Amino acid sequence: MIGPLALDVAHLFAGGLVLVSVMLLYQDRMTGLINTFALHALVVSFSVAWQAFIQDAPHLYITAAIALVVKAAVIPLALHRIVVRLGIHRTIEPTVGIGLTMLAAIGLIALSIMVMLPITAQAGALAREDLSFALSVILLGLLMMISRRNAVSQVVGFMSIENGLILAATGAKGMPLVVEISVAFSILVALIVIGIFLFRIRERFETVDIHLLHEHRGEQP
Amino acid sequence: MAVILDALVQFCQMAVVLAFAPLLAGYVRKLKALLVGRRGPPLLQPYRDLLRLLRKEVVLAHSASWVFRVTPYLVFAATWVAAALVPTFATGLLFSYAADMIAIVALLGSARFMLALAGLDVGTSFGGIGSSREMMIASLAEPAMLMVVFTLSLLAGSTQLSSIAEALQGPGIGLRVSLALALVALVMVAIAENARIPVDNPATHLELTMVHEAMILEYSGRHLALIEAASFVKLLLYVSVIGCVFAPWGIAASGDGIAAYLAGLAAYVGKLALAGFLLAVFETAIAKMRVFRVSDFLGAALMLGVLAALLRFVSRVT
Amino acid sequence: MALEALLWCTAALLGAGIGALAMRRRAGAGVAVYGISLGAALVGLVAAGVSLLAPGFPGAALTLPLGLPWLGAHFRLDALSAFFLLVINLGGVGASLFGLGYGRHEEAPARVLPFFPAFLGGMNLVLVAADAFTFLFAWELMSLSSWALVMAHHRRPGNAAAGYLYLLMASFGTLALLLAFGLLAGPSGGYGFEAMRQAPPSAALGGVVLVLALIGAGSKAGLVPLHVWLPLAHPAAPSHVSALMSGVMTKVAIYGFVRIVFDLLGPPAWWWGAVVPLLGGITAAMGVLYALMQSDLKRLLAYSTVENVGIVFIGLGLALAFEANGMTGAAALALTAALLHVFNHSLFKSLLFFGAGAVLGSTGERDMERLGGLIHRMPRTAFAFLIGSAAISALPPFNGFVSEWLTFQAILLSPALPQWLLKFLVPAVGALLALSAALAAACFVKAFGITFLGRPRSEAARDAVETDPWSLAVMLGLAALCLLAGILPGYFIDALAPVLQALTGASLPRQEQLDWLTIVPIAQSRSSYNGLLLFFFIALAAGLAAEVIHRWASAAARRSAAWDCGFPDASPATQYSAGSFSQPIRRVFGSVVFRARDEVQIPPPGDARAARLDVRMRDVPWEALYAPLARLVGFAAEQLNRLQFLTIRGYLTLVFGTLVALLMVLAVWQ
Repeated sequence: MIGPLALDVAHLFAGGLVLVSVMLLYQDRMTGLINTFALHALVVSFSVAWQAFIQDAPHLYITAAIALVVKAAVIPLALHRIVVRLGIHRTIEPTVGIGLTMLAAIGLIALSIMVMLPITAQAGALAREDLSFALSVILLGLLMMISRRNAVSQVVGFMSIENGLILAATGAKGMPLVVEISVAFSILVALIVIGIFLFRIRERFETVDIHLLHEHRGEQP
Repeated sequence: MAVILDALVQFCQMAVVLAFAPLLAGYVRKLKALLVGRRGPPLLQPYRDLLRLLRKEVVLAHSASWVFRVTPYLVFAATWVAAALVPTFATGLLFSYAADMIAIVALLGSARFMLALAGLDVGTSFGGIGSSREMMIASLAEPAMLMVVFTLSLLAGSTQLSSIAEALQGPGIGLRVSLALALVALVMVAIAENARIPVDNPATHLELTMVHEAMILEYSGRHLALIEAASFVKLLLYVSVIGCVFAPWGIAASGDGIAAYLAGLAAYVGKLALAGFLLAVFETAIAKMRVFRVSDFLGAALMLGVLAALLRFVSRVT
Repeated sequence: MALEALLWCTAALLGAGIGALAMRRRAGAGVAVYGISLGAALVGLVAAGVSLLAPGFPGAALTLPLGLPWLGAHFRLDALSAFFLLVINLGGVGASLFGLGYGRHEEAPARVLPFFPAFLGGMNLVLVAADAFTFLFAWELMSLSSWALVMAHHRRPGNAAAGYLYLLMASFGTLALLLAFGLLAGPSGGYGFEAMRQAPPSAALGGVVLVLALIGAGSKAGLVPLHVWLPLAHPAAPSHVSALMSGVMTKVAIYGFVRIVFDLLGPPAWWWGAVVPLLGGITAAMGVLYALMQSDLKRLLAYSTVENVGIVFIGLGLALAFEANGMTGAAALALTAALLHVFNHSLFKSLLFFGAGAVLGSTGERDMERLGGLIHRMPRTAFAFLIGSAAISALPPFNGFVSEWLTFQAILLSPALPQWLLKFLVPAVGALLALSAALAAACFVKAFGITFLGRPRSEAARDAVETDPWSLAVMLGLAALCLLAGILPGYFIDALAPVLQALTGASLPRQEQLDWLTIVPIAQSRSSYNGLLLFFFIALAAGLAAEVIHRWASAAARRSAAWDCGFPDASPATQYSAGSFSQPIRRVFGSVVFRARDEVQIPPPGDARAARLDVRMRDVPWEALYAPLARLVGFAAEQLNRLQFLTIRGYLTLVFGTLVALLMVLAVWQ
């Protein structure tokens, strides 16, 4: 029987993931951003491992291990090296100030609570709030993608959306491993592709600032 | 009889706060030195500093007014009274019904108000730097602290700190997300309010990087001793608040007996030691922020506090 | 009995106004006018106090055969009116006393003396009016006499524009109130308040009346975005009139809102409790941010009034939300917080405006950038101003803290509200309230610190002298009242009990029986506050520290030059100015809210030219709402102006066209 303390710990992990998503929005340096993303992936893997423990679903341990190895170790290390090679390991320019981004973040969290709680009225209270936290992580990842001008930040935002989806899926019981392997591989492929593109963009235009790349879009009048 | 015992506990509490505050500051200083490979000043050095300053003559600028002279006493009194209301080794303090957490926040605000005025009093530019930056930091740290107070009082059903400590010791409160968010926000506010790295460097000599030190630049002698003592007591106050709310184990309840009080005192000393160690490690590991990054830092603390309070309003389990 | 006394006082005030019009050139006219005002306000104060504090006061009503023939003039004195009369007449006493001393500086007494008692009389009349016509007549009397007072120094730059804007906004507000009363009277046309109370309107109409009351009363009180006239008009008037306008007239506007919404409208809908606190929260935050950007002392105080009105409306809105959900105890708490803040604000805002008036009279300067060091030249004024600043920054043990504490307690009761929108809105409003309280402290550190502390920044500041004894007596008396209301809040809360009982049907537990004069708004286990003990402990701790240190350590002190890190500069221009003090806050908040941009141009080394700092800010409500509106009105006026210049054939064509159109309408209708 799942005791209340166990459910509280799972809930705490979900809340912690929201906290780390907010920390992602707060970062203004590239290395800090990548390290915070590693922490994000770490929290997700612990959360999935805990869910494996309390749901007695051993295949989730493998999901947790994949998240730990791939997302908390391999991808951050790769990103660190890409960032150093591109020479962009300095400050990140947010489009609006960090204060306004924080305000938008809290609005999005309130919005996801407001949306999720009424429509999941049949489920248990903890599951409903876990789902609203997962939706918040997804929305905050999207906010990260649109409020930064830097391509690497957008990659990190995209991967934090993926983490939010994992949180939602493992919170509700039962997610087959095959889905997770395919998702993880597609992420890895996407990363390699994006990495290649980043190199080519950088070589061609000497910058990866999206704002400047916009001028070179085709079919401008 | 119970009233007399409660009064005794209250006065012991006030004495404990005053006695341990310089020790905590000395302990943190020593640990920070050890962590960077120095020997550091002796553990009891802050007591010696205070005694030395108390015996010295005060030098007042020609343009200083009575506000400058009265402020150190008011700042010390307000901070000490606020610290006396925070449970350290026992709850059920006799005077906890005079002021709740909102009043404690406002008392610290009064101390800051007077200190900012004293910074402007002599009419130098450095005092102005300190006062204006301090008020900017306060304009974000105080609301963040108030939102943390809201979260705690919504959980415990009361704004009195003794009642909150008792309620959080009880079985009804488990691990909650809003408590975790409130803890993070409270730690951020505590760092900012106590002028610690990364917000302000308490040991800096560069005036343009100062916030708190710049406000008190013109103070000397016994005035400076009182203000230093007040800042030691303020650090102890914040550590005690975090301890009694988030690590309430070991605090004796009202009327428990001498053995429980002594055990509570031992637990409190342990909490101070742990908190001092964590603070020293944190300060050594992190660099100081630019002044205008502090507003982002405290804005994040305010957002976390608002989020914690919001969760209390809308959720039934967090 | 009390009601007749009040009406006679009002008549005396109006008579004094007319009399002053006749004899304005005479020497003792100022003393006579202010003396009569003082007497009338004192009688009003006593009458109101007796009515409010007498147990089981039934209320008095009176009808006089003045005004409209089929309506008459109804007057009524109930608990709500008695409380506000207390506030108004206390302000009136203070302003009259201050005027006795300050009025000697007045350069145009003929423009001030006839209208001052009329202003006081109008405000008193609003509070006892019991039908729509008397209410609006008194409201307009109050507006027009204060407009005349704003225009008293109309040759000073900016005052004429301020008066024009004030007249526009006041007329617009009265129009909104007229419509509101019309809707309340309904098709039967019962304009007496008693008739309106018996026949509350439907839910939809009630919402419209609420919006109209918010516009009408809110514009007079200073709700954002209808506040734009307040910071221009309040400083333009003479200082004792500014104190009356900020400290007292805004309270009459709040009375109007409470009377219409809580008394005449019947049971509230829950969304009223969402709109009003939100408006209050935005007003509070915007008001204090505006105040922080000012360097004119009186304009800073006027914007601070906007902030405090916002705090009152937060309390009123929470009371509406609780009432709509049947939580009468919580509604009583929120309403107590709001009304107590009304009283407290009138005390400390009057004190602060009197202080600004004293400074203006002594130095001739309102600009903080040209003041400084006044604590040495005007020590008692500085002391009173310090008490006022501490009170308005909600610092214990003064009274501002008590009303803010009660408002926070009301916010902490609101998780019990069932509506989702309220659950999300109230924490946000709480955060806005906490933010504006912290910013208010910063604002008044700036106001007191730059004006009174430091070194004098101009000749005028260097040569200032203390003000006259009347003004000092008033200021110190108000400061003492601020401390008293902070230390003994239980008595004030108990005095409000009949008002709350009438409006919400519940009241707070009786405070005077509690030990040690603690106040317990809800329950002992929940929260309590004891101002007296706190004051006592702080005084004891400070005294103990001083005694111990002076006895056993050192009491020596020596004067010398300032340390200033070894680089003292004799020029007072090197100290912080008002603009530099608010620069960090301007950069953090102002860059978002006002698009504030600082631009510094420093010439290269070796160039002896001065550096230049440009601060650019934009007033968002003005640019978003009023400037387009003004352009629209100008455009429409331009078009309509063409009608002035038609030929005779043109006019005949218009007449012909109108006639034909009306005939066509007649034909189609049949």
